[in-house]
Amino acid sequence: MNTVAMEQNNRIHPFKFNLWIAIGSMVMMFAGLTSAYIVKRNQAGWQDYQLPPEFLYSTAAIIISSLTMVLAKRAFKGRMMARYRKLIFATLSLGIVFVVLQVLGFTHLYRMGLTHNSTVSVSFLYVIVGFHALHVAGGIVALLVLALRSRSKKERNYSSISVELAGIYWHFVDLLWIYLLVFMFMIR
Amino acid sequence: MSNVVSIQDSALHHSHEAHESHHHQSFISKYVFSQDHKTIAKQFLITGIIWAVVGAFFSVVFRLQLGFPDSTFPFLENLFGHWAKGGKITPEFYYALVTMHGTILVFFVLTAGLSGTFANFLIPLQIGARDMASPLLNMLSYWFFFAASIVMIVSLFVQTGPASGGWTIYPPLSALGEASVGSVVGMDYWLVSIGLFIISSLLGGLNYVSTILNLRTKGMSMTRMPLTIWGLFFTAILGILSFPVLLSGAVLLLFDRNLGTSFFLSDIIVAGKILPNEGGSPILFQHLFWFLGHPEVYIVILPAMGITSEILAINSRKPIFGYMAMIGSFFAICTLAFLVWAHHMFVTGMNPFLGAVFVLLTLLIAVPSAVKVFNWLTTLWRGNIRFTPAMVAAIGFVSLFISGGLTGIFVGNAALDIALHDTYFIIAHFHLVMGVAAFFGMFAGIYHWFPKMYGREMNNTLAYIHIWVTLIGAYLIFWPMHYTGLAGMPRRYYDYSNWESFKMFGGMNQFISIVVIIVFITQFLFIINFFYSIWRGRRATENPWGATTLEWTTPVNPGHGNWPGEIPEVHRWAYDYSKDGKDFIMQTTPVGEEETKGH
Repeated sequence: MNTVAMEQNNRIHPFKFNLWIAIGSMVMMFAGLTSAYIVKRNQAGWQDYQLPPEFLYSTAAIIISSLTMVLAKRAFKGRMMARYRKLIFATLSLGIVFVVLQVLGFTHLYRMGLTHNSTVSVSFLYVIVGFHALHVAGGIVALLVLALRSRSKKERNYSSISVELAGIYWHFVDLLWIYLLVFMFMIR
Repeated sequence: MSNVVSIQDSALHHSHEAHESHHHQSFISKYVFSQDHKTIAKQFLITGIIWAVVGAFFSVVFRLQLGFPDSTFPFLENLFGHWAKGGKITPEFYYALVTMHGTILVFFVLTAGLSGTFANFLIPLQIGARDMASPLLNMLSYWFFFAASIVMIVSLFVQTGPASGGWTIYPPLSALGEASVGSVVGMDYWLVSIGLFIISSLLGGLNYVSTILNLRTKGMSMTRMPLTIWGLFFTAILGILSFPVLLSGAVLLLFDRNLGTSFFLSDIIVAGKILPNEGGSPILFQHLFWFLGHPEVYIVILPAMGITSEILAINSRKPIFGYMAMIGSFFAICTLAFLVWAHHMFVTGMNPFLGAVFVLLTLLIAVPSAVKVFNWLTTLWRGNIRFTPAMVAAIGFVSLFISGGLTGIFVGNAALDIALHDTYFIIAHFHLVMGVAAFFGMFAGIYHWFPKMYGREMNNTLAYIHIWVTLIGAYLIFWPMHYTGLAGMPRRYYDYSNWESFKMFGGMNQFISIVVIIVFITQFLFIINFFYSIWRGRRATENPWGATTLEWTTPVNPGHGNWPGEIPEVHRWAYDYSKDGKDFIMQTTPVGEEETKGH
C-alpha cells in the first residue's frame, strides 16, 4: 500500500486541487453575471450610477487582509504561533470590516434612492457585489475556525493544509473583488 | 514526500483497515451517510431509477391526453384530483407534466442518475484508487441531490402545482406569478431545487476531476485509462464550467420573481394591467440558460459514449479502434460544447451574421461525433461479437446516436431551424440523440457493471426483452414525429384536434401513445430484474465478461478500500484483447519480452 500510494501522483494536495477547481467554477459564475451585465449595458434603458465611496475603503481593507494572510501563513510555517495568532485575527477582523463596509455602501446607495429594484444597472450591482460579499462571508467562517483553533490549548495539529486552503480562498475573493471593482468602474 | 501520501495513507488506509477488521459498521454509516464511493454510486442509481419512473409516468399521462383528446380516464381523477376533473387533465396540468418530465429526466435521471452513478462507481475502481479525493464532499454531493429531489417532490404537491413554463423556464412566463399557475410558487421550488442540484453536481464534478488527475495507481498514465474514465472526466469539466452560469441565471430569476428587479422583464401588460418592470431582457435569460443548457446535453451523452466504447471493445474481443482519436474527439466535443449555445436561439431575432457563426460551429460538432461513430463501427467490424445484454444496449446506443445525430445537421442550420423550431421534429431529434441514447448508455452500463455492484448477475432473458422492446419502441415513438414536425405540428400544444391542419395526425398521435404505454410497462421488466437480482440473482464470478480493467481485479464484493491488499500496478492500456493468441490480457499483467509492441 505504502509503495503504491507513494507512486501515486502527488504533486499537489487533493484538497488544494479540489479548491482550485471550485475556484474555476466560481469564476464561471461571476463570468456569467458580468457578461450578462455587459450584454445588458449595450441595450437601451441602461442608467449610469455612482459607486459609493465605501466600496473604495473596503477595497483597502481586503487588500491589507490579503497581506496579513500571507504573513500569517509564513508565521505558521515558521512555527511562530504567537505571531500567527495575531495575524490570523487581523485578517479575520479586516474581513469583517470589509463586509461591514459593503453593507454601509449599500445603505448609502439605498439612501440616494438607488434601491435594488430602481434600475437594472443598480440591480446588477446589488446582485454581483452581494454575491461576492457572500463568498467573503464564507471565507470569514473559515478564518474564524482557524482563529478559534489557534487559541485552543488542546489543538496540536501542525499540518499547514487548512491555513493554506484558507489563504488560497482568501486571495481569490480579494482578487475577485478587485476585478469586479475595476469592471464596474470601467464598464458603466 | 508531500502531504498526499500521508493523507492517502492515514485516511484511506485507515478506513480500509477499519472495514476489514471489524465488519460491524452501523447501518447508518454503511448505507445512509456512507462515504464509500460504491455505496454513493448505488444511492445515485436507485434515486435516479425512482425519478425515471416518475418522469416516464408523467409522459404516459400527457401522451394519454395527446393520443386520446376526446376520451376520459377516470383513474386520472383518482390520482390527480382536481388536476384531472372528470378523468381529463387540465391544460395547466398538462404544461406542468411536460415541464416536470423534461426537468426530471434531463437533470435528475440523465445527469445525476447517469454520471452520478458511473463516475462514483467506476473512477476509483478503474484508475486504481481506494476512494475519491474527498469522500466527504462526495457524500455531500449525494445529499445535496437528495435535498434537491425532496424540494422538487414537494413542488408537485403545492396547491398551485409545480413549475409549468417548460424545462427551459423562459421568462416572462416563469418570472410572473400572473402568467400561469405553475409560476405562482411552483417556480420558486423549481429554482431552489435546481440550485441545490447545481451544488451537488459541482461537489461531485470537482471530486471526479481531482481524483482522476491525482489518484491514479502506479503505471496508470492518462493514456492508459479506459475510455469510460475519459468520458466521465470531460463530463465533469463541462459540468464545473457550465452549471455555475445557470446558477447565476437562476439567482437573477429568483430576484425578478421575489424582489421586484427587472433583469429579464420589460414593458409587460398582464390582463390590461401595465407592470412596473422596465429595462430587462428575456433574451438575456436565454443566453444564460443555454450556456449551461447546451453543454448539458453533452453532460448527458459523454458518459454514455464512454460506457459504450468500453462495452463495444470488451464484447467484440478487439481493442477499441482509434483510442487516441476517441480522446481527441471527446476534447473537441467538450470545447465546441461551449461555443454553440445560440443555436437554440435562432428565432430570437439575432444578427444573421452571428447566426451563421453559430451554424458553422454547430455543424463542426458533426466531425468529432462522426469520428466516434466510425470508431465504434470499426471496433465492431470483424469482431468476435458476444451479444450480451450490455452489448445489445451499447449497439442500440450507436444506432440511436446516428439516427438522432443526423437530424442534428438539419436543425443546426439556421435556415432550416427557423421553420423547424419548436415543432415535433425537434422533439424527435433530441429524444433520440440524447434522451433515449443516453438511456441506452445507462442500461448498457447497468447490465455490464451490475455483477461488480452487487456481486450477482441480472437475468438475461428479461434483459433482452427489455432492451429490444425499448429500442423498437423508441423508434416507433420518435420516428413518426419527424414527419409530423416537418408538417408543422408545434410542440407543447394541449389538444391538436382543435386545429384543422393537425387533425389528420390524430391516428398517428394515438399510435405513438399506445407505444409509449407499452414501452413504459416494459421498463418494469428492467426494474424487477434489477431489484430481484440484487438479492436473488445468480452469484457472479470475479471477471464475468473477461475484461482487462482494474475493477475486475477486486474481490466479487469489494469492501471500502476496494482491494484487500495493495493497489495493483498497471502495465498496459485497457484494450489488449485477442493479442498474441490470448483472448485478453489484464492491465495488471506485466509486458512480456516476446510480446508484440503496442500500448
